[in-house]
Amino acid sequence: MASTPRTGAMTAGEVVRRSIQGTRSDWRSLAFEGFLVLLLVLTLGVLAWLLVVVFVNGIPTLAERGLDFLTSPLASRPQEAGVGQALAGSLWLMAFVALISFPLGIGAAVYLEEYASDTWVTRLINTVVRNLAGVPSIVYGLLGLAVFVVALRDFVGPGSTSGRGLLAGGLTMAILVLPIVIITSAEALRAVPGAIREAAFGVGATRWEVVRSHVLPYAAPGIFTGTILSMARAFGETAPLILVGAVIGGFNVEYDSIIGTLQGRYTALPTTVYDWARKPASFEGNVYAAIIVLIVVLLVVNALAIYLRNRFERRW
Amino acid sequence: MKTRDPAAPDAVHGDGGGPTIRLMTAQHELDESEQIAPAANDGDDPLAFAEDEVVFELDRLSCFYGSFRAVRDISLQVPKNKITAIIGPSGCGKSTLLRSFNRMNDLVDSARIEGRILYHGVDLYANGVDPVEVRRRIGMVFQKPNPFPKSIYDNVAFGPRVAGFKGNMDGLVEQSLRRAAIWDEVKDKMREPGTALSGGQQQRLCIARAIAVEPDVILMDEPCSALDPIATLKIEELMRELKENYTIVIVTHNMQQAARASDYTAFLTMGDDRAGYLVEMAPTQDLFTRPAHRLTEDYITGRFG
Repeated sequence: MASTPRTGAMTAGEVVRRSIQGTRSDWRSLAFEGFLVLLLVLTLGVLAWLLVVVFVNGIPTLAERGLDFLTSPLASRPQEAGVGQALAGSLWLMAFVALISFPLGIGAAVYLEEYASDTWVTRLINTVVRNLAGVPSIVYGLLGLAVFVVALRDFVGPGSTSGRGLLAGGLTMAILVLPIVIITSAEALRAVPGAIREAAFGVGATRWEVVRSHVLPYAAPGIFTGTILSMARAFGETAPLILVGAVIGGFNVEYDSIIGTLQGRYTALPTTVYDWARKPASFEGNVYAAIIVLIVVLLVVNALAIYLRNRFERRW
Repeated sequence: MKTRDPAAPDAVHGDGGGPTIRLMTAQHELDESEQIAPAANDGDDPLAFAEDEVVFELDRLSCFYGSFRAVRDISLQVPKNKITAIIGPSGCGKSTLLRSFNRMNDLVDSARIEGRILYHGVDLYANGVDPVEVRRRIGMVFQKPNPFPKSIYDNVAFGPRVAGFKGNMDGLVEQSLRRAAIWDEVKDKMREPGTALSGGQQQRLCIARAIAVEPDVILMDEPCSALDPIATLKIEELMRELKENYTIVIVTHNMQQAARASDYTAFLTMGDDRAGYLVEMAPTQDLFTRPAHRLTEDYITGRFG
């Protein structure tokens, strides 16, 4: 209180006020905070710089060509070259990768998490899957080259394609993302509390009924988020596709039948970006424009994953 | 006297022992000095159940997780349409014991048992016994309320559905919820998620879910440990109503709860090998007023545990 007389000895309130007042100026904590902010600015700065360069160089080409750029085929003249085949090829690849890797990966995860008993074999398999997720993509490319292009040539791309068809690329990419699909699905399954399984078993459900009616539905949002993100990974991969035959020259796609398309020649967006980047400077606008298309597709895919997660996420 | 199990120096055999209450602890008869009350006479043994009154008969049951023995040589009988409480200090294997009654421990890879559990005279662990069918007959309510993240209706209907129930599902759901004394609170929100209810309501929903498959026995694993006192009393009241139709085995940490709600009480404690064993089982009234063993007395008077 302001009216408290100050007669030598301080009141108890005065003592407390004095001891808790004041701003601590510790230069070390300030320096550390500054250092952290600097790291953040550096990281975001590089990213922002990258995006600015891409958009500044790419927007004019995109604006000039408009929809034409998205639909035109590969061509030797930059004014005519577009990403039509590349976009179609990438979307075909993604669809095919999803078709192969989702059932296989989710099935493997359900088996490992819900059915397999915890033995050294299961633990070994889990470790191997984790390691496979970290294997460089070029190694999968070599695998795809050896298995799908060379050994299974007659199946994946007979005739003039000589094995380097969309099927070979799709299968290679499916194998590439399979460990990621397994790991993310297994994590989503593990996030379903054991108490829910016990509750279902407790009323006399079989393992199949527990998995079908409870575990899978509750884990579905997590599984889909993870698998969609693995699609994004497949969409952006370049190296294995170069090995298993994404074409970088002009070609005609015969979209006459699904089988014909799957066995036929193809190219993909990142492969096209890689190819154009090695071409003369006149292609520069095309490179950046193609990168913008790639980034936009990736953002859409990621946004879809985030939307699904927020929409269906369950809290326990 | 001889020590039967070198790993368990506290488990000393009595030489002979009468066919009395001590039958229940025949494998682990404690030192005579631990006996503080005389055993009942043959004639009026309160635990001599008629054969058709016995739902479970445990015959030297041991439960293991890998090489660790969690429960050792338990022999006891669980009577029909009564509430049997299992009490004892933390970690003495009460839950493990309870989960062996409906083969819930099968879900743990390393779990196995020795000895026998007879359910109406049938060995639950014999070859050819289907654990799914066992769990349909022997329902369970868990420590933490665990409703499915589905509607209240679907929570109750799931069990009958997987059991292939073809009758009037709405009627069965209502009847189950009524028996679990929660119908009035949820009848207007059957489509709302069960997880949105309060803890006590969730637990009664879980009881409704358990009785919807019309089991014979309900096992309760500390069903009130996550509930407040009012919700706890409601569950206890419910248990007393349910025992008209069901046999109830309840594990509880709460001695007052065992004393209030149960007809029979089994007291388990832990040996030096950390395996739980049965000290004594008696009518609840007797166990709490004149325990037969020093260990029981120490536990119920709060000197231990």
